[in-house]
Amino acid sequence: MSLDSKIPEGPLKDKWTNYKNNINLVNPANKRNIDVIVVGTGLAGGSAAATLAELGYNVKAFCYQDSPRRAHSIAAQGGINAAKNYQGDGDSTYRLFYDTIKGGDYRSREANVYRLAEVSTNIIDQCVAQGVPFARDYGGLLDNRSFGGVLVSRTFYAKGQTGQQLLLGAYSAMNRQIAKGKIQMYNRHEMVDVVIVDGKARGIIARNLVTGEIERHSAHAVVLGTGGYGNVFFLSTNAMGSNVTAAWKAHKKGAFFANPCYTQIHPTCIPVHGTQQSKLTLMSESLRNDGRIWVPKNLKDAEAVRNGSLKPTDIKEEDRDYYLERRYPSFGNLVPRDVASRAAKERCDAGYGVVANDTNEGVFLDFAAAIQRYGKEEALVKGISNPSKEEITSLGEKVIETKYGNLFDMYKQITNDNPYKTPMRIYPAVHYTMGGLWVDYNLMTNVEGMYAIGEANFSDHGANRLGASALMQGLADGYFVLPYTIGDYLANDIRTGKISTDLPEFEAAEKKAKDEINKLINNNGTKPVDYFHKKLGLIMWNKVGMARTTEGLNEAISEIAALREEFYKEVRVPGEADELNQELEKAGRVADFLELGELFARDALEREESCGGHFREEYKTEEGEALRRDDEFAYVSAWEYTGKPSEAILHKDKLEFENVELKTRSYK
Amino acid sequence: MSAAKKLNLTLKVWRQKNGNAKGNLETYPLNDISPDSSFLEMLDILNNELINKGESPVVFDHDCREGICGSCSLYINGEPHGPARLVTTCQLHMRSFKDGETIYIEPFRAKAFPVIKDLMVDRSAFDRIQHAGGYISVNTSGNTQDANAIPIEKENADEAFYSAACIGCGACVAACKNASASLFVAAKVSQYTLLPQGQVEAKDRVLNMVKQAEKEGFGPCSNTGACEVECPKGISIENIARMNREYLSATISK
Ligand SMILES: Cc1cc2nc3c(=O)[nH]c(=O)nc-3n(C[C@H](O)[C@H](O)[C@H](O)COP(=O)(O)OP(=O)(O)OC[C@H]3O[C@@H](n4cnc5c(N)ncnc54)[C@H](O)[C@@H]3O)c2cc1C
Ligand code: SF4
Ligand code: FES
Repeated sequence: MSLDSKIPEGPLKDKWTNYKNNINLVNPANKRNIDVIVVGTGLAGGSAAATLAELGYNVKAFCYQDSPRRAHSIAAQGGINAAKNYQGDGDSTYRLFYDTIKGGDYRSREANVYRLAEVSTNIIDQCVAQGVPFARDYGGLLDNRSFGGVLVSRTFYAKGQTGQQLLLGAYSAMNRQIAKGKIQMYNRHEMVDVVIVDGKARGIIARNLVTGEIERHSAHAVVLGTGGYGNVFFLSTNAMGSNVTAAWKAHKKGAFFANPCYTQIHPTCIPVHGTQQSKLTLMSESLRNDGRIWVPKNLKDAEAVRNGSLKPTDIKEEDRDYYLERRYPSFGNLVPRDVASRAAKERCDAGYGVVANDTNEGVFLDFAAAIQRYGKEEALVKGISNPSKEEITSLGEKVIETKYGNLFDMYKQITNDNPYKTPMRIYPAVHYTMGGLWVDYNLMTNVEGMYAIGEANFSDHGANRLGASALMQGLADGYFVLPYTIGDYLANDIRTGKISTDLPEFEAAEKKAKDEINKLINNNGTKPVDYFHKKLGLIMWNKVGMARTTEGLNEAISEIAALREEFYKEVRVPGEADELNQELEKAGRVADFLELGELFARDALEREESCGGHFREEYKTEEGEALRRDDEFAYVSAWEYTGKPSEAILHKDKLEFENVELKTRSYK
Repeated sequence: MSAAKKLNLTLKVWRQKNGNAKGNLETYPLNDISPDSSFLEMLDILNNELINKGESPVVFDHDCREGICGSCSLYINGEPHGPARLVTTCQLHMRSFKDGETIYIEPFRAKAFPVIKDLMVDRSAFDRIQHAGGYISVNTSGNTQDANAIPIEKENADEAFYSAACIGCGACVAACKNASASLFVAAKVSQYTLLPQGQVEAKDRVLNMVKQAEKEGFGPCSNTGACEVECPKGISIENIARMNREYLSATISK
């Protein structure tokens, strides 16, 4: 089967407009006869559900939490990009497009990315109209900050809670439609399979998490906005329930899984504290606007810091290695995430880590210089002549507090350290997955009528996502792209009528779901689900993490397969299938991670180059930077399921670059 | 990240098979807990011990574990979200407890929050209050006016943000002797009242949301301020005063 990305003809900047002018529309009366299932209520699913309902479709929305407002998007901290150019610093649609393509290390599709940049400005207008309280300056206008990998200030934010405020905006739009009966909301429901009838996605099987009941739901199209699969690493910044189940079940029913190995390891997270840890916490990238990253220059200082005999604040300026500023003078602390993460690993591998955990992994993120700089500025503004050092520090700390107060509080809460007085300690952690279900320009998977939006698809970020671009993509997909593209498809369904859930395909899918659940429940093993999840996570982190080798990947593939076998022999899932059973929920998710993990490692093995977040030790420049091999690998890897992850077939969706020249990324 | 001494604890945990069953407090000893662990990590450890013993693990709501999704909702030693201020249950760390301590863990209790199982309660009443008016009626057409067309005074924008920071956890209800949802409702009403976009529907919004809260069985507000103390996001009781003014002016002009 060959993949058709369905990119419209014409010049890049006209594609989307031309496309919209030429698609089929569904008249309002007919929309009332069409049902759409949206799985997921994060920024992508929530905005899609609200917009489709506004347009007149009957929407059924699903999420596993007790309310759509709790989707994982809520946790996004730093901000959302948009090419508004409010700062007049030279931003434009083209520049946002270019930065995103370059940031993704030339592994994303030009047309999709351009469209994303194009609709980005609408998002901000829309959110402000909904009452999203973005940060403003004293003139009452919207404020911006900078994120990594770019030279303009285009990130809109609401303190460190941007995702929360945007999600509550989408949730409010959903609430309006729920009140009108246009969205039927199914909280505490987990999709466990998708139903395909005559080659088209026509419904889902969902488990009611409160009663354990297995339910059939039909529709004319199914939209998956189910988020990313970073939890395959066990420890990540994702929410505990984030999973690959919906996407993986879709994959097993025919949808291709694209670029599974593209993972973002975020440079600024709180380091691991010990084996009892259940998840990692991000410290927003926005902190790199003001924080300077360093490690001691001397190994003995690093060791002294680790054993507690030397305080970081006592290390003299000349004994500090601000390694990002040293290696990348033009971007400094604001290099893209993949670059910053690898640089931290490089220093820690060389023995300069500053955290006393098993692996000594951690570097400093230091605000002392920013506090002094802001303090002096404030003293001038306030007309304080000859301010004392204490006054300056206190004024500066206030500025830092208004900018990042909640992040500093969170850091203190978790580590018991005061980051106003001593540098934060941070280390990279799994954060985001660029890979996901393969989609065409319409955001449709290769299964007709099945769409994937937000982090669940692979489309816009290539091999590395720039900060503040996931929120942009989720809302772009849900508010402004899918509502058009899905209409073009549904125009053929106006005479189809309701899809019956009595069809044999629903019956079969329901039976399969029940069988899988019963198999887990009746397994009578000896080890809890977490045991396997942690083991899988360690394999992934050590062998499929920040630096990958042929040898390590091959080991990972066989270790994961063996672990999967052990899982089905040894896992113990207490309780019953027909009751609220959180261990059963976890078991189902881990079972899917154990399959995905293997495909993930295979994809990394097959991609014999380094690009973005995918770094193969064998392919690097003399300076240790990623070495892309465009002639051979400028394609999207789209995997077809054929029964086992080890037998998945690779399809290559070639990337054509007509508007940008492929260059080696340089942030020096 | 300290290598501080491990804690040995006695847990008294509310166990209830389902909404109809009678519940009771069960006692579980739990040893060797790192003070750097979070409260929920401590419960993970308990659960894995229970599973290993063939007993059923304790059910509780949680997801983000960073204090933002509002899922976690435990009533610890008589306080929603436990002894620390301005934090959710998931952000509470075991260093807030002493070696040898007995810890009582119960669900958030209110008539409008029925128990589903063990420590998990049904907070869908909060969603229904939002359905009654927690939105601005604007379509996602992409044809809205430019975001900078209406400047908003920084002070109001900041205030609106502080109100909007509510995570919908329900601690305010659990803390209140009347199980009132006033702080939660007032936070949303305030956010929109403070913004020009929210003015058009302001009157209906406050009337409908307050009415829905009553219908759900939340009690009246008697201004004790317990909600503000326990709110993990520091939502100020000022919001309730603002809501009451809005409500009054809406009833007069209706
Ligand atoms: C800590 C953190 C900070 C971040 N900060 C930023 C930032 O500042 N800027 C930025 O641009 N990006 C940021 N990101 C990334 C961004 O938040 C996410 O990529 C984005 O929010 C994903 O949105 P989504 O709608 O695709 O999925 P999610 O928000 O993850 O939503 C997934 C939805 O799917 C549902 N679901 C999942 N599986 C199932 C199933 N099987 N059945 C039923 N429902 C299911 C869930 O209930 C949920 O409603 C951050 C990410 C993290 C982890
Ligand atoms: S007002 Fe505070 S306590 Fe009440 S729901 Fe909101 S965040 Fe929770
Ligand atoms: S688990 Fe999300 S706030 Fe506690």
